[in-house]
Amino acid sequence: MIRELNKLTISDASNALRRGEFTSVELTEACIGAIETAGKLNAFCHHSFDIARKRAADADSKLKAGDLNPVCGIPIGIKDVFCTIGAPTQAASRILQGFRSGYESTVTAKLRDAGAVMLGKLNMDEFAMGSSTEHSVYGPAVNPWRSHDSEEDRSPGGSSGGSAAAVAADLCLGATGTDTGGSIRQPAAFTGIVGLKPTYGRCSRWGIVAFASSLDQAGPLAKTVRDAALLLGAMAGHDPKDSTSAPQPVPDFETLMDGDVRGMRIGIPDEYRIEGMPDEINRVWAAGTEMLKDAGAEIVRISLPHTSYALPAYYVVAPAEASSNLARYDGVRYGYRAKLGRNDGITEMYEKTRAEGFGAEVKRRVMVGAYVLSQGFYEAYYRRAQKVRTLIRKDFEQAFSNGVDAVLTPATPNSAFKVGEMVNEDPVSMYLNDIFTVTVNLAGLPGISVPSGLDAKGLPLGLQLIGRPWEEGSLLNCARALEQATGFDLKPARWW
Amino acid sequence: MAIDLEAARRAAHLARIEVEEEDLPAIASELSSILEFMERLNEVDVEGVEPMSTVTPMKLKRREDVVLRVSDQAEILSNAPETRQGFFAVPKVVE
Repeated sequence: MIRELNKLTISDASNALRRGEFTSVELTEACIGAIETAGKLNAFCHHSFDIARKRAADADSKLKAGDLNPVCGIPIGIKDVFCTIGAPTQAASRILQGFRSGYESTVTAKLRDAGAVMLGKLNMDEFAMGSSTEHSVYGPAVNPWRSHDSEEDRSPGGSSGGSAAAVAADLCLGATGTDTGGSIRQPAAFTGIVGLKPTYGRCSRWGIVAFASSLDQAGPLAKTVRDAALLLGAMAGHDPKDSTSAPQPVPDFETLMDGDVRGMRIGIPDEYRIEGMPDEINRVWAAGTEMLKDAGAEIVRISLPHTSYALPAYYVVAPAEASSNLARYDGVRYGYRAKLGRNDGITEMYEKTRAEGFGAEVKRRVMVGAYVLSQGFYEAYYRRAQKVRTLIRKDFEQAFSNGVDAVLTPATPNSAFKVGEMVNEDPVSMYLNDIFTVTVNLAGLPGISVPSGLDAKGLPLGLQLIGRPWEEGSLLNCARALEQATGFDLKPARWW
Repeated sequence: MAIDLEAARRAAHLARIEVEEEDLPAIASELSSILEFMERLNEVDVEGVEPMSTVTPMKLKRREDVVLRVSDQAEILSNAPETRQGFFAVPKVVE
């Protein structure tokens, strides 16, 4: 039987490359082959196979010369929100149609310099606003997982839904994502893979199309916790070009991961037990708690009293920052410009360009943001939300100062919904998907989603671990213990 | 707080997004439901609480005040929808 190289983990592929069992060129071709037959998933929106083949050949020379970087020669996908030279960058928006970046984002430059091979760009919700990857100019991405009893397409979550679908379907060995309110962790949970949002400031935001600057953070989506650690190691680090990037040393995350959680204190927050949550989510949560206890961790009940205000605070802060960040799309310097009538002036140019260039969800959020920032409402909405944000961070600080090392919660309140299922719902009901993940962005903490089981429909469910700032090493270690205990190694049955 | 048609029109104009008159009622109702959701924040006692202005407490770094060449005119103009004589071109702004 031919070994399907694209199905390997980064860790296994990296070791095999170093032993000379196959080349990065062969590994890259296996991924290209997988991508070319996975059009139905609509995970990749731009291919960069020429760049990939060249980088793979370069990586092979570096490996021959003894390069030890664990991501050297590893084919990955890049979310369409990262500026990349040689491949289009559109953030899944019509308004960036035709845009070609003249520079490379710091995160993708670091990955490139470490020898990683970029296969192409990955589908997402427009400007990373959404939880389903349906709000995309490329059309919806599709989850490789289906329920037992139906052939209907499921959403891979969002906004990094293309990244999650591509990794889960073995189109690439790992992928980059960004997480503003849950956009790495929720898609990872929906597709049975691992997704890590690092501490705010851990990865540079330079060259990433901005959504909400005080919440955005780049991170990896991967098949295993170890792979997430390897990718994070290559992506992280201080960058003078991003004033919010922290001058923190980047530890060797992998060596911090022995899966030993004896003596660790894991907090279970009362407030995450929400009304109407499916029993299956509670069951997986309880099982995960039990597993960490069996592995030697101490389980403590904790209270994060302001949890229920996180979503409303998020939906003030994020649109406000978005309306400000997205003001730059004016049809002047780059991207799309509407066709103008004879008498149209500059205001009509802005208004028509933005009406035609932005999708419905982006328009909604930009209008909400402009409204809450406008005169007379700024104090009532934006400033109040920023105060609530302080209280949410204090909740976590309190728990950590009481000796809690990590917090265990469900990753999402449900498994993957059907493509189109949420389209006609009230926008707020879609926002509820982020209920367990937004707190982490508001507080700037690291969080990781670990696949933990299947529901009755046969769809993956994930658990989330939340760590102390800058302690991704300890968080990954705890995630590794959970991964070992659940033993989750299921893959979707191929239908695409 | 409910958003009436006038407030919806104003939000659209502030955001510089053209909205057809017949689409305003739907937008007003969507914005109303989002703002109603945000009203929950009024339940929180925020007396004496500092608004969060920086996520990870640290001093804003400053760089050396030196001239750097990061791009050139041709590169910057290469993405523009319309240019004229080395400038971005837009409809007439000043009469």
